[in-house]
Amino acid sequence: MHIDDAILPLRIRGLSYRPNGRAVLAGLELELGIEGITLVLGANGSGKTMLLRAICGLIEPSAGRIEWGPAGEGGRPRAGVMMLFQHPMMLRSSVLDNVALGLRPLGVPAPERRRRAMAMLERIGLADRAGDSARQLSGGEQQRLALARAWLTGPRLLLLDEPTASLDPSATAEVERIVREIRTDGTRIVMVTHNLGQATRLGDDVIFMAAGRVCEHTPVQRFFSRPQSEEARLFIQGELPWHMRF
Amino acid sequence: MSAFAATFTDAVSLLVTFDHRVAEIVGLSLRVSGAAVVLGALIGLPLGACLAVARFPGKSVLTVLVNGLMGLPSVVVGVVVYLFLSRSGPLGEFGLLYTPPAMVVAQTLLVVPLMAAIARQVVDDAWQRYEEELRMLRFSWWRSVTTLLHDCRHSLLVALLAGLGRAMSEVGAVMIVGGNIDRATRVMTTAIALETSKGDLALAIALGIVLIFLILALNALAFGLRHWAIRRFG
Repeated sequence: MHIDDAILPLRIRGLSYRPNGRAVLAGLELELGIEGITLVLGANGSGKTMLLRAICGLIEPSAGRIEWGPAGEGGRPRAGVMMLFQHPMMLRSSVLDNVALGLRPLGVPAPERRRRAMAMLERIGLADRAGDSARQLSGGEQQRLALARAWLTGPRLLLLDEPTASLDPSATAEVERIVREIRTDGTRIVMVTHNLGQATRLGDDVIFMAAGRVCEHTPVQRFFSRPQSEEARLFIQGELPWHMRF
Repeated sequence: MSAFAATFTDAVSLLVTFDHRVAEIVGLSLRVSGAAVVLGALIGLPLGACLAVARFPGKSVLTVLVNGLMGLPSVVVGVVVYLFLSRSGPLGEFGLLYTPPAMVVAQTLLVVPLMAAIARQVVDDAWQRYEEELRMLRFSWWRSVTTLLHDCRHSLLVALLAGLGRAMSEVGAVMIVGGNIDRATRVMTTAIALETSKGDLALAIALGIVLIFLILALNALAFGLRHWAIRRFG
């Protein structure tokens, strides 16, 4: 069940972000459909994370607008948008309490919060760790916990900022399994990654960014087989020239 | 040298025999300072956390003020509380002057800025790390305050200890508002000052030993609790 179904499709029109005069996002244009998993690729400093932060309202754009839903309403993001960070918050409490945390602002009574959190932990395979300290989990387990916390709030749009960075292949596979399940549950997912293999495994489409702009937004297979831009071609080959990075 | 040894021996004797004067004074000190720390924590910790999390005009000024008040001279607090509680003062009708509650009020005023300043710093560090995620989860600022206070509870032991240390070692304010009345408002620090001036060094040293022991014991307890918490919760 989702909090708000009226936030998609999402259109970004001429979005710029220039802290201290430096263009981090430079007139970005983008449209996100109502379903699927979009992978955001690009070199470090290309603006991937800032794009996610702009969508969920954590930064104030210098120019441009984001239009939400079929009616194209502007303004701040609605309920139903959730972002997961590369280093997720782990409060000094149990795994169960950390997962249930997301339900507190929704006014869900404590016993119900715990019941739902426990059910979620069973879905992500951490039920046996429910009573352990969240901070004692491995990096992969912490990412799964953070995914569970976000999932439990029923987001319509979930933004993931490199959730598998620094995870081993087994932990990465587990996170990817959960991401697929969340998508199957009806959540639209936008995920930043540097892992090209992950893009082919998970993505329906790819946004390739360079210098604060969207260079390509195309289906995954086409992106890897026939990249349209020179930057994307070089990125895929691992030969992105240094001046393309900020 | 022999006089010093004799005085020290007398002091130890007072402690070993559980001298009733020592017990009374220590008991009152613990009640007064304990109450002041509890009240100070109830006011100072949320105040500090609010200062860290809330956004409002004048926040920087208030932060500097709270930090500055950490060094508030205790005699100044004593005089202010005295003026408020004296017969002609605005709270004179309650008859609190020269009573333990007056001493609790004075010590609370001393420990609140200290606890608030430490809490602000501790919670601010956590807020810097968690702000965006809490905003994503749509936590209100007050819910963020309570969540971070709970999350930082082990680090905030430092604020409690600092407050307790300040309250127990303070002499100026409690002397002014308590009056150092025997069996009524005499606490360890005021008793030490009085007995030293009277030349009864044995009692002063005995109380000094208790004071140091209590502070060390509470620090050791807090140290142990913190290490246990780090092992348990990370």
